[in-house]
Order: sequence, then C-alpha cells, then structure tokens
Amino acid sequence: MRRTLFDSLANPILTEPLAKEQTDEIAALAGKLDAAARARLGRSLSIRQVDAGSCNGCELEINALANAFYDLERFGLRFVASPRHADVLLVTGPVTKNMREALLRAYEATPSPKWVVAAGGCACDGGYFAASYACIGGVEKAIPVDLRIPGCPPTPTALLNGLVALLTARPAAQSKQQSARDDRKIKSIT
Amino acid sequence: MVDDALWQALASRLSDGRSSLLGLWGEASAVHMALYDDRNKSVVVATRDCPSGRYPSVARFHPPALRLERALRDLCGLTPVGLPDARGWLDHGRWGVTAPLGAAPAQSEQATATYSFLPAEGDGLHQIAVGPIHAGIIEPGHFRFTANGETIVRLEERLGYAHKGTEALMTGRTLAEAARLAGRVSGDSTVAYAYAFSRAVEAATGIAPPARAVWLRGLMAELERLANHLGDIGAICNDASFALMQANCAILRERVLRAASRCFGHRLMMDRIVPGGVTADLAPSGAEALRELIGAVEKAFPRLVDLYDNTASLQDRTVGAGRVGAALARQYAAGGYVGRASGRDFDARRDLAYPPYDALTFETPTLEDGDVDARVWIRIREVEQSLSLLVAILDQLPPGAVATPVPSEAGEGMALVEGFRGDVLVWLRLDGSGRIARCHLRDPSWMQWPLLEAAIEGNIVADFPLCNKSFNCAYSGCDL
Repeated sequence: MRRTLFDSLANPILTEPLAKEQTDEIAALAGKLDAAARARLGRSLSIRQVDAGSCNGCELEINALANAFYDLERFGLRFVASPRHADVLLVTGPVTKNMREALLRAYEATPSPKWVVAAGGCACDGGYFAASYACIGGVEKAIPVDLRIPGCPPTPTALLNGLVALLTARPAAQSKQQSARDDRKIKSIT
Repeated sequence: MVDDALWQALASRLSDGRSSLLGLWGEASAVHMALYDDRNKSVVVATRDCPSGRYPSVARFHPPALRLERALRDLCGLTPVGLPDARGWLDHGRWGVTAPLGAAPAQSEQATATYSFLPAEGDGLHQIAVGPIHAGIIEPGHFRFTANGETIVRLEERLGYAHKGTEALMTGRTLAEAARLAGRVSGDSTVAYAYAFSRAVEAATGIAPPARAVWLRGLMAELERLANHLGDIGAICNDASFALMQANCAILRERVLRAASRCFGHRLMMDRIVPGGVTADLAPSGAEALRELIGAVEKAFPRLVDLYDNTASLQDRTVGAGRVGAALARQYAAGGYVGRASGRDFDARRDLAYPPYDALTFETPTLEDGDVDARVWIRIREVEQSLSLLVAILDQLPPGAVATPVPSEAGEGMALVEGFRGDVLVWLRLDGSGRIARCHLRDPSWMQWPLLEAAIEGNIVADFPLCNKSFNCAYSGCDL
C-alpha cells in the first residue's frame, strides 16, 4: 500500500483543466439564476442524482466525474445521498411511469431554492423511448427543468460544463471578467 | 413447436438439472423457452402455441423461471397455469395499459393495490425498505430487508422501475432503429447487446459479416469487459471503504474509455456494432492507442492486485461475505463472474463459440468459494485474459471491408454473446420487409438477482452494498 501511495505522490497530477464548452442552453441559464439565490449558494452545490429509468450509460459517465481526470469536487460540486441535502437534482432517463412518483417525491423533498438538470438525451426529451407506453418522455413532463445536457450519454466534460455553469452563470455584463477570474482559479487548483 | 407433454418433459429436465434455463419469453399467443444442455453444449428453443392464452407454468417445477414467467404475464397477458406467485413483476399498474405485447392490450386505470412482500415473522424482526432511489449514483430498484438486529433474515427485491417498453418499441422498427434500442437496454453492456442483436439478425437472414468486422467486434467486446471489470473491482473495494483501490481503478477505467473513444469515436462504443458488420473501422491511430493502453494497464494492474491481496482489513470484509453455493449457481444457470465464482464453468465465447473467439485462445477462470472475494478474483483474472485477447486480436486483425448489406428476409434467429456480466441472449423474428416482428433480449442478471437474495441471508445489513456491488446486476437490463 505504501508503494501505491508514494507512487501517487511522485506521479504527475492527472486532473485536467476544464475544457470549456459553452452551449446556448448554458448561456440562457444566466438569466434564470437570480443573484440572491447565487449568493445563498456560495460557490458550492450539492447534487442529488436521480435515475428515472436510464439505461445506466449516463450513470457511468456521471460516476466518471469523480475520477482523477475530472475531479468534480475541486469546483465545489459534490454528490449527496439525500434530496434533503441537495441544491440540484441531476436527473437521467426518459422518466418511466414506474419511476415518476419517486422522482416527484425526490423533487418535493429537495429544499428551495433548487435546480433541476436533465442529463442525457432521454432526460431531455425522452430520446429513443419518447414514444413508449411506459415512459412519460423527459424530465420536463414531471418537474420544471433548468438545464439540459444532451448526449447519449453526455461526456464527463459536457456534464461538468453544465454543472459548473450552475455555479458561474451570471448576467452577461459581468460574465467576461468573472469567467477570466474563474479560469485563473481553476488553473491554480489544477 | 411442442405440445403439453413435451413442454412438461422439458420443465422436468430443467428441474432435475439435465438442462439449464437460458430464457423464457412470450408473444401474443405463444411462449418460447431456450434451454442449454450442459453435456452436449447445445441450445434448444421450444415454442408452445397458446391460443387459449394459457400454458403450463415452468416455475412450478423450476423456480429460476419464476420472474421470467411473471414478466411474461405482465407483457404478453399469457397465464402460466400453476405459477405459485400471482403478483406482477414489471407491471406496477402505472402504464395505463395491460399486456402491451399481448393479443389485445387493454386500457387500465392506475392500480391502487399495494405490492405485498413475502412475509417473515418472528420475535424482534423489523423491516428496512430501500429504494427505488438509492443513496449512490446507481439504477433504481427496491430492496425490502427483514432483519433481526443487524442480521438479514430475508431480502426481497422488487424491480421494474426502469421498464421502458423496449421490446414493444422494437416491434415494427427497421434493423438500424432496433439496433440502437438494443444498444440501450443496459448502457454498460451496449457492445454486448448490439453484438448479440446483430448476430441474431445475421442468423435469421443467413449472412456473415466481413472478417474484419468480426474481429473488430471482438476487440470492442473485450474493451467493454475490461472497462467494466476495472470499474467494478474499484467500486467493490470502495464499498468496503477502501478508496485507494477505487481511485486507481477509476484511472485505468477512464484510460480504457478514452482509448475506446480514440479507436471508435465513442467512449462506450455505442451504435458501433450493427447487423452486417460495424459502423466504425478502427481509427488510424487506434492500434497505437490500444497498445499504449494495454501497456499502461499491464504496468499498473499487478500492483493493484497485490494491494487487494495484501490488505488484511479489505480481505476481512470480502472473504466469506455474500456466499453463493455451487448448487444454486448451477440451478439458476448463473453466468459471468457470479456463476464462475461459484464453480459454474460456462462461457458463451468458449462453449457456444462464435467468431472471432473460435480462433482465439483464452481461459475462463472459475473458483469454488462463491463469496465477494471470489467474484473479485474472477474479475481480476478476466481483466488479464481480456488484455491478452486484445493483443491477440490486434495481432491478427484482418484487412478489408467492415460491413455487408443485410437482405430483407423473413426469419428467426437467436444469439448468445458473452458480456461482462454473463451471456446476453437475443431472439428475434424478422417480417420480410427488413423490420422486426418480435425481439426479445434477456439480460444475464435475470439469473443472478435471485442469487443475491440467497447470498445476503445471514449477512449484516452494512455488508449489503458490498455484496450487491460484487454482483453488480443490471436493473435496466432486466426491466427492459
């Protein structure tokens, strides 16, 4: 064990700076988040992931966010075990009818202010399962959605960009200056 | 096509252990059963017509068929006469329709009746209900524990939360559309499912994909196995609170996914295998990326294996926990690491050899202990086997085309492909216009979930995550 630990000290750090991917969706998010809510949240977000019937592809990539390459906790993002501890619900899957009630209960158990992120093609609009008798066809049909991250499944980079946008989204006038500061912060951490 | 007498005879072959149950599925007015004869290494599919909507239950004689028959009843509306369990399985009474794959799907109101779990009675017993949403980032399912203090006396699983109606969606679709759905039955096994689906189509239409495509499929299948096993080994140790293994295994897993992305343009290699071949040839820098990857894993992995083997506090958790006896593994025909860790020596790549595996040499590890530790060791050995298979495939990769057109012919086909969890079965019938008439996909976890209930008995509640992770059964894969 000692050798493995020493090796991790000696080896170069694997964590990479975030490759910025600004989508229209992320830009639009700026308008939605009001300053008061951001002030209350500070620079950290607690995320509760809810699988509303995905194929588990999205979960694989969400789990990858915790590995050394993406290391989502450096951004102040962390996954929590209960919706009662969460600011954000990160929902995957086309929302099966068998999961709809559980999703609604998780949403109701999440204290306000809260945000909902629909991750993956299925969560965005039902994806390949939109026409099924067993699915309601996207998270929006059950609860209000603040951000959509498309992809089948979305890459860890796309997921991270979306989640970091929740922390940094702000009115357009401030954004340039602020994002330059953010970049410096990220670089100094990595 | 079989009559009642033969159907019963097959059921008794299953119950006295002469055959293993591979699958049991239905259509509007027929049931199909796939059996594997362990001695001859051959597969038989029996079909029984059910014009009356009834057939003799197999689960009455052979319990492993129980959930398959409950699911069949929910989806096709066929009644298994004598089935000892009247409860639904996939149908939670929320679809607004009953028997969606049956002859006459009917509108239905939302069911209000609660699901009654099997009772466990005694002094000091209490129940713990977990799910469908779990504490971690995993799929939805419900576990009902009955415990005496810390000790679990009974676990009952309730699944079906991820039911997406995949088989109904496939009906009437083109092969290309259906292949994409097959690749989304269980995301971690997307290669195995697309592979099995494509082989079933090829069996139905009597075509053979070009040699290069066959070998590229093997390459993708081994990459998928490697990625999942590496992820699992780390995650199992993490559930015993040994985060160091998880951190290191996750790095290796990420390297595999990145190499896959460089080779085939998608981290999980989704939609790369299609009937007739593959959609993506190995990228020009792919072989080099893979050799780099193999080098990196071969360098780092042995040290992690030592770390696992020499950490007493970790072994203390995994050795002896969640034991599955050899008799149960054989009875349920459990595939993959669950079966192999309990002495069931079956590997579809070897026993029902399909190309390219018929031209490759590899070992299928088996152990007898059947505990969490054995399931970890099977994965470790399979990582080593996959690495050597990757090298062998790269060395022998033939040149040429990677796809051939698929004719629009009617026919039935079935295929078994060894995924990382075990054998994935796909059976389908094509309608002659290049569309799916009926397609059934059977996840290996159908035969593994019930064993988890048995394995956990007598363990403490706190060891459940560890035992569960060592099984890593598919939720979406079984819920369809």
